[in-house]
Amino acid sequence: MKRSNEPIFWSLFGAGGVLSALVAPILILITGIIAPIGVWMPPQALDYPRVLAFAQNGFGKLLLLAVISLFLFHAVHRIYHGLHDVGMHVGTGTMVAAYGSALLGTLVAAYLLLVIGF
Amino acid sequence: MAKIKTYVRPMQGWWRRNPFFVRYMIREASSVFLAIYAVILLVGLARLTQGEAAWDAWRAALTSFGSLVFHWLALLTVGYHAYTWWKVAPKTAPDLRFAGRPLPELVITAGGWFATLGASALVYIIVRWM
Repeated sequence: MKRSNEPIFWSLFGAGGVLSALVAPILILITGIIAPIGVWMPPQALDYPRVLAFAQNGFGKLLLLAVISLFLFHAVHRIYHGLHDVGMHVGTGTMVAAYGSALLGTLVAAYLLLVIGF
Repeated sequence: MAKIKTYVRPMQGWWRRNPFFVRYMIREASSVFLAIYAVILLVGLARLTQGEAAWDAWRAALTSFGSLVFHWLALLTVGYHAYTWWKVAPKTAPDLRFAGRPLPELVITAGGWFATLGASALVYIIVRWM
């Protein structure tokens, strides 16, 4: 019997689910709402030197990669399985496109975190 | 060959027939917002590598009306995902025991909700003051 690839994607889905349940709402609130409108968060908080220093720090790099990559893997897993619910019966091609795009996003993020320096 | 005409139960709009399924679909839809948000962060990271002007342009784009509407919707749906994630945690988590007895479901769920609150406070403090 062919071994299922589901455990790998389920693990990534689960890890992304936990991480997004913990920090996604506050991150969306900060970067998307309160920092842009300047309420409860001074604009200087996301100034270039500060965010750059965070992205050049090893721990900061790890957090950024985890957030982008695991959010993507969590989301594509749900979207892929949710397609059935909206009446789309999909095959291997869609599966490769779904998880492939999450992998691509991960690789791009890793590349950017490398070229941004240390 | 003649097409076989068997009755196929129409499934169009199936989830609108039951509030339970409506909530299910809202939770599943949160993943679309989460994916778009991850891409927005990825674009931000790319802009950050291009220098201060590019980074400031990304920040300016986030102040647009469309962006704010998107982030409000994302906050609501992903917040709902966070709420339900801990709600089902007692059923998805491994068998957790304390002093030989399984942990009550409420303890696991409430623990998750408090973990989200704690992590959120921590992120806020770090972004604002550290």
